[in-house]
Amino acid sequence: MENKTGKSKAYKIISLVVLVILAILFLFPLYWIITGAFKPAVDIYAQKPVWWPTELVTTNFANLMNKRTAPLWEIRLPFSHLFSGSGEGIALSVGPTVPAVFRWLLNTVFMAVAAMFLTCFTATMAGYALAKKRFRGRSILFGLIICAMALPKQVVLIPLLKEMSAIGLYNTIWAIIFPTVGWPFGVFLMKQFSEGVPGEILEAARIDGAGEWNTFMTIVFPMVKPGVGALAIFTFINSWNDYFMQLIMVSSNTNYTISLGIATLQAETSVDMGMLMAGAALASVPIIIVFLLFQRYFTQGITMGAVKG
Amino acid sequence: MKKLLALLLVGVMTLSAVACGSSDAPAEETKTETKEEAPAETMEETPTETEAASITLWTYPIGKWGDEATVKGLTDAFTAETGITVNVEFLAYADGDDKVNTAIAAGQAPDLIMEGPERLVANWGANGYMVDLSDMLDDTDRQEILSAPLTACTAPGGEVYEYPLVMTAHCMAVNLDAFKEAGADQYLDLETHTWTTENFIKAVEALYAHYNDTVAAVYCAGQGGDQGTRALVNNLYGGSYTDAAHTAYTWNSPENVKALEQLKSMDGIAFDASLAGGDEIAKFYQGILKMAFCWNIAQQLDPNGAGTGAGLTVTGEEIAFMSFPSETGTSQLQGGIWGFGIFDNGDAARIEASKQFIKYMADSAATVDAVKAANYFAVRSAAEGTDLSAIWSDNEIMNEYQVLMPQLGDYYQVTAGWAGQRTAWWTMLQKIGSGMDVTEALVQYEGEANAAAAN
Amino acid sequence: MSNHVSQKRSRALQRREDIAGYGFMLPSLIFFVGFVLIPMVICVYLSMTDSNMHTQSGGNFVGLTNFINLAKDKVFLDALWNTFVIVFVSVPAVAAFSLWVSSAIYKLKMPVLSAFRCIFYLPVVTGSVAVTVVWKWIFDNYTGILNSILKTTGAIESNINWLGDERYALWCIILILFTTSVGQPIVLYVSALGNVDASLVEAAQVDGATDLQVFWKIKWPQIMPTTLYILVITTINSFQCFALIQLLTQGGSGTQTVMYYIYYTAFKLTEQAGHFGYANAMGVILAIFIGILSAVQMWLAKEK
Repeated sequence: MENKTGKSKAYKIISLVVLVILAILFLFPLYWIITGAFKPAVDIYAQKPVWWPTELVTTNFANLMNKRTAPLWEIRLPFSHLFSGSGEGIALSVGPTVPAVFRWLLNTVFMAVAAMFLTCFTATMAGYALAKKRFRGRSILFGLIICAMALPKQVVLIPLLKEMSAIGLYNTIWAIIFPTVGWPFGVFLMKQFSEGVPGEILEAARIDGAGEWNTFMTIVFPMVKPGVGALAIFTFINSWNDYFMQLIMVSSNTNYTISLGIATLQAETSVDMGMLMAGAALASVPIIIVFLLFQRYFTQGITMGAVKG
Repeated sequence: MKKLLALLLVGVMTLSAVACGSSDAPAEETKTETKEEAPAETMEETPTETEAASITLWTYPIGKWGDEATVKGLTDAFTAETGITVNVEFLAYADGDDKVNTAIAAGQAPDLIMEGPERLVANWGANGYMVDLSDMLDDTDRQEILSAPLTACTAPGGEVYEYPLVMTAHCMAVNLDAFKEAGADQYLDLETHTWTTENFIKAVEALYAHYNDTVAAVYCAGQGGDQGTRALVNNLYGGSYTDAAHTAYTWNSPENVKALEQLKSMDGIAFDASLAGGDEIAKFYQGILKMAFCWNIAQQLDPNGAGTGAGLTVTGEEIAFMSFPSETGTSQLQGGIWGFGIFDNGDAARIEASKQFIKYMADSAATVDAVKAANYFAVRSAAEGTDLSAIWSDNEIMNEYQVLMPQLGDYYQVTAGWAGQRTAWWTMLQKIGSGMDVTEALVQYEGEANAAAAN
Repeated sequence: MSNHVSQKRSRALQRREDIAGYGFMLPSLIFFVGFVLIPMVICVYLSMTDSNMHTQSGGNFVGLTNFINLAKDKVFLDALWNTFVIVFVSVPAVAAFSLWVSSAIYKLKMPVLSAFRCIFYLPVVTGSVAVTVVWKWIFDNYTGILNSILKTTGAIESNINWLGDERYALWCIILILFTTSVGQPIVLYVSALGNVDASLVEAAQVDGATDLQVFWKIKWPQIMPTTLYILVITTINSFQCFALIQLLTQGGSGTQTVMYYIYYTAFKLTEQAGHFGYANAMGVILAIFIGILSAVQMWLAKEK
């Protein structure tokens, strides 16, 4: 017995050491981004990597800010070209001209949040319907959803591009948001969660005369909330990172997302690592701060306790 | 059940028909619609003129034409004169082509584009996306513009798809201080900026003996900067890239085999699949590589990222530009020609406004600024009475660079299948670098390049 | 008679279910049909044509020519193989690694636990492009810190060209993908392990079960739903390696994948005849491959 606890203690210590090493490795890229952003040119171009900036400078950020400019905020209303007299889309534009990185950040936040809300809204309803409503055609739909769930968007690259251009959404942020909302993984996830809602409660509500919508809002939604949380996080992060759709659907600087902006900077000036690191820092630090502030919700919301396979 | 399914199917089909339809045939319809609509609208505002109020320009980073502040200065001047605003988007060489192609596929190509004939004439022009600009060239213009760039900008059928602005010869560069340290500067003729293949080999050997590390890289991570690797391989033993008629690729010649075998056998030279042209320049500026094959006058004039000044590395070592080595010392340098083209978006008003823009930038008193922004030589002697021959006379480096211009070789970049063969070229270099037999590689990838040309 | 009534009633009931069901499905269906299903149908159609960028019409019907050509296209076959490798290496590796990390940390005290959880999650929130850009610098052949460290410690003698060498490049990409994929699974497994019924574990331990037995017999079945979810999201993640390929190797050095090759064929090989049809044919093959993969995962989940 003693031997056994000794062995498991040794195992624990070893695994802890390994974990700490791994943690350092995982932290390193972020460390390298942040220190790189503040390194002077001398360190950036040094032939031997410099571990800590010999001098903390903000020139990299200044270079980044001076590189490109854009109006701070402008949003094209989807499909507005159909209603405006000139055939041009209606755009709401406010704000002064600023370094484009700020605009890119705003675009990215808007895109991720809009995709998140739309996905949670549509997927929760659809998941509930698939789990609890015995409508005709249900199993066919569910089969389609399963098959399309992991589909990478490259598959439909060309048709989607043509479609977006045909409905006048090409080069707008909506062309990135709508396909994300359409991707059926969320529906699948919410269906799994909705299975956990007991049928008797729904039946009782029906007998009490509650309408479909009321039942959904007051009974189903509170019960699947953890699932909505998980889906929200998954959608937010996925759409934040969905570089491919951004690359294809958006062509002008003012509609860029931060990922696209940095990728373009890298394509143009792979030479200036300092500026790239400054861009990478600006792209990652805000979302990391949000994550650290809300990490309790991130990690709670994601609990899969209710998932029944 | 069946009824519902049928209904759903019908719904899907109508929707897809709409989507298909609007992406396919009716694209023409939309075009004509906008054509009619836009002028009608502007007519209401300014009854006498049919002028577009704003146009878009997409530009590749051609000298300072990739710099927002510089370009804004130029376009603001244009706007002040004509009242037409210009929305500029900046493209990178790494993915600029894909962006333009995506936009074309989406039916949203820009009005104006600034790049070279290999794209504007041989690719987009040949496929019917560009507006013929020959009506912009009168006899004076045709006299003023050098014949070589004008020929390159003209399609076989006589259509001028690019209005040329500037040109240069691509060259290579050496880190002079490193050469001196290794005793390799004796192989350079700094008077004529030329050297022979023999001296090049000796120089690399001397450098390798001194630094015991890679001193130059045949970069092949992508197509960026491939003019450098092409010129290096072709010049070493006098090989060629295409036939004289620009119809087929001629990589697999004894001269090119010998050149690639030679490069592969040299200790100081690495075939590096992690570098593209831009990365190579960075490593050269850092002082790691002692030679850069991706070089031209704009690079020579550019104060590097660390700001130590033009013609210097980040540690202040001196950079000398050189012709590519060849057996005789006289090489066939790769030309670069840049100018403007107009995408045919079916909107006469915007095409007209774009032509005004080209006229302003490439054939007016403002051309001086437009050329200077590009950091290259003007393709014409004069523009509407403004003499352009002496605009760089106060610039010593530019003057010195003139010695290379007579070596400007054939502008073969307009050969069919140009975009497709570029991938074959860098993939081939990667394969050779990772051990594939040179002749075998040349046969296979020349085949791919010619297949692209035949399409 | 009564049968007739009940039939009528059930029909009315069914209609109500239909209306409610499709009513709730509608918002989702608009997006799903509009931006997934219709493009997919068009994709299947275009895959059998020689359509290209230059002809605005749909192109000519060419049957299965594109697929036959694909079967002979060495670049595509390599790309398909690499895609397989990425998925079949990274999915199990991510699942196993995150399970191991989670079981090592889930019993730790709160601040330590959440510190570890955060650290492993960081690459996920850093953003794929930012991560890619920094890794490019880390892997740099001449001035990268990885070569520098390995050289000073004497692990290697001369620089390794990580992203420029066919032997390493794909594995470097898998490694980066791995670091950006394990965050969520770890968070999920930690909470799943925390929710395992403690009384069952105790009972088993009293019966003299070893740790390993406790894990396989008691914990593993209880975290099965989480494992399934993790497999699904990791698979989705693995197919999102496009940014890595495009920004690091452009499909060179033996890292071509189907995802990148589709994009490449569509928008770089624009001179090739029928390149849109060809790209769509690749899309169809990829879709079939993924459909099967998802179906297998679901079937496995059902079996359990």
